[in-house]
Amino acid sequence: MSIDMEQFHGVFFDESQEHLDSMEQQLMELDLNHPDPEQLNSIFRAAHSIKGGSGIFGFDALTGLTHIMENLLDKARQGTTQLNEAMVNVLLETVDLLKKTLDTYKNKEEVDQQSIDAGIQTLELVLADESGLDASAETTDHDSDDIEGFGLFESDPPVDTADSSPESITDNVSGEVDDFGLVEQPKAAADEDGFGFFETMPMKPQDNNKAYGFHDKNVGNPNAKDKTSDASARATPSKNNPSQKVSEQPKKVAESASIRVDTGKIDSLVNLVGELVITQSMLAMIGSEVTGEIEDKLQTALAELQRNTREIQESVMSMRMLPISVTFNRFPRVVRDLSSKLGKKVDLQIEGGTTEIDKGMIEKLVDPLTHLVRNSIDHGIETVEQRLASGKSETGTVILRAEQRGGSIEISITDDGAGLNRERILSKAVENGLEHDSNMPDSQVWDLIFEAGFSTAVEVTDVSGRGVGMDVVRRNIEAIGGRIEIESSFGKGSVFRIHLPLTLAIVDGMCVSVGDQIFVVPLVNIVESIQPSKDQIKVISNDNLLWIREQYWPLIPLHKTMEIENAISEPDKAIVVLIESSKKRFALLVDALVGQQQVVIKSLEKHYKRVTGVAGATIMGDGGVAMILDVESLAGLVKPPSTESKKT
Amino acid sequence: MTNAQMSQDNQSYTDADSREFLSFVLGEEHYALDIMSVKEIRGYEAVTKIANAPPFIKGVINLRGDIVPIVDLRLKFEVGEATYNEFTIVIMLNVAQRIVGIVVDGVSDVIRLTDEQIRPPPEFGVAFDSRYLLGLVPIEDHMVILVNIESLISSDELGLVDKQISASQE
Repeated sequence: MSIDMEQFHGVFFDESQEHLDSMEQQLMELDLNHPDPEQLNSIFRAAHSIKGGSGIFGFDALTGLTHIMENLLDKARQGTTQLNEAMVNVLLETVDLLKKTLDTYKNKEEVDQQSIDAGIQTLELVLADESGLDASAETTDHDSDDIEGFGLFESDPPVDTADSSPESITDNVSGEVDDFGLVEQPKAAADEDGFGFFETMPMKPQDNNKAYGFHDKNVGNPNAKDKTSDASARATPSKNNPSQKVSEQPKKVAESASIRVDTGKIDSLVNLVGELVITQSMLAMIGSEVTGEIEDKLQTALAELQRNTREIQESVMSMRMLPISVTFNRFPRVVRDLSSKLGKKVDLQIEGGTTEIDKGMIEKLVDPLTHLVRNSIDHGIETVEQRLASGKSETGTVILRAEQRGGSIEISITDDGAGLNRERILSKAVENGLEHDSNMPDSQVWDLIFEAGFSTAVEVTDVSGRGVGMDVVRRNIEAIGGRIEIESSFGKGSVFRIHLPLTLAIVDGMCVSVGDQIFVVPLVNIVESIQPSKDQIKVISNDNLLWIREQYWPLIPLHKTMEIENAISEPDKAIVVLIESSKKRFALLVDALVGQQQVVIKSLEKHYKRVTGVAGATIMGDGGVAMILDVESLAGLVKPPSTESKKT
Repeated sequence: MTNAQMSQDNQSYTDADSREFLSFVLGEEHYALDIMSVKEIRGYEAVTKIANAPPFIKGVINLRGDIVPIVDLRLKFEVGEATYNEFTIVIMLNVAQRIVGIVVDGVSDVIRLTDEQIRPPPEFGVAFDSRYLLGLVPIEDHMVILVNIESLISSDELGLVDKQISASQE
């Protein structure tokens, strides 16, 4: 029987994680002076759902914690307790503890009972202050108690025991549980404080519903009007019950109308659509050769096909996209904790949370973004005294912004703090033996902080300053095909900008021809393309340099790198594509530009192996294969520019 | 052959002492490989070249969405002439969870062999290193060389697989 339960664990963990996230978010948003009753209700329901679920699965630590948390929240939402800053702090700590405990259950590890007990104790202390008001809480009407649960047990027979004594309820619960084999030792679970609300609130028979939420009828419920709300709750077995709480944020309603799909299934769909796109362009090509009376008919059908394919592609790609708020929403908490720890006043502004981004990237963005935000608060924003001394408002501002710019996403972290200190970075570079030059332009100086083992914090705090991080940040961002740049002015603040491709599966590329082959250059890396004149080409020790707008660019002939014959080797007869990688800038010599298009990235390593200078392959409209260039590894082919730049 | 006999034949394929091989021609020599590793047989089509690859790796093609490398065994083992025309054949192989195409001069037959028919390979005399041979089989007036295609494809000599990947598979 216990094996049967395992299949529901995943759902429970996912849902609980969501509940905890939404709890955290709502606690952060809560206006303590005028708490929104809907918000309190929704926090309460989240705690309640976790309690119900954990009780069913026998995760007693979760049940114990959420139970007492729920008591506090219950009072808050009924207005018998006014939540204050300290209480919210305790609740947030409890949320953290719950998250940790949830993870231990998920990983099937031993639960740290001590920290659970400590958590329960802290909550009890808070509750104890309000105990005198218990009586009023007991008698209050519970209008939304029964809408929770997982909706897994809809077919359960109604249990008409709501009016019986607490003891018989206990029996009934365990008996019912036994029937369905939901808990291995139902009696024990009920006897322990796993469901422990019978002890503290013996006068509330409806609590039975509250904990399990699977009763079809609320027979014996003294509040007749509850029945109607029950009916509507049943109609929508979702966790947020939109029909009952119409005034709840509309976003929540949209969320509840979703289904969980394995990402593997979506990925294979994305692949298949990629194939479809290729087949469609092949058909279009063949169709253009057809003449005669069927030509018109064929063209109409092909146009239709093209439109449909594009729409399918767009909607399939959008399935993988999630609003970046999923990531951003954790930051108010980070900022709040950190600023109070450091004694700084920081106001976090979030913009563009609805910008959609590939799910795979969202997960990989969390760490670098957290690091950058912490960095901005720790190093960027000054203390209150320093801020006032330099004539700024005492509250610092950190802006987290995401926006879509053409085929890429730009995420920026802006602070109005002290800005980067050029002198200190340079002296630090000397100390750590990093390659540097005192006349380097600012942008290159800023790049030094991404080197491994670099940190300018005067004191090493537990927040930052250990010098591990910024290099990891850059590596993480490059790993998902993005790049990061810094803009900073001393005393005014800094901006960290992350440029990311829209998706990992498709790249916007410029197709270039070399000999009889086509290569795809990612569009994000292209600065411009020019046809150079003879006097722009300089030669240094057999290598060509391109002189453009008062700067020398190293010139890489693509036909040599890719060993292609019959290519144009005189630069003044060919085209030069100026390329910017995260490390270097260089010019790429190609025969001609073919056109710009979106290409589906295919792995070359699946059946072959990694090739230097190539990020992957793609399939062109004619069914042929084209290589997608890896700009970063091509940049590695450029000889170290230090010698040349000194000569110039 | 009646249906009953055919099903009998299919049955007997699973017998340990009898296996089916696909024989092919490289120049003047006859070779054969285990038919179970053959995915499909197709004509030679234009490939996309790969940089820094040895000459016998012709490049990659698109096999219904998979990017698949094509190896010309004639170039690798210096047998016959590496000409490409409408009769040039590519055998698509499915070995070690990879798809690889090999270019041959022609595919001749499917032959069923028992272990007794297979003679041990000589130490020299054929283009293939004896490590990649299963044995020799005299058929009618010529000799067929049985190739251990899996060990050939995943060998360092062909360089189709990244070294660390092949190491981790071992």
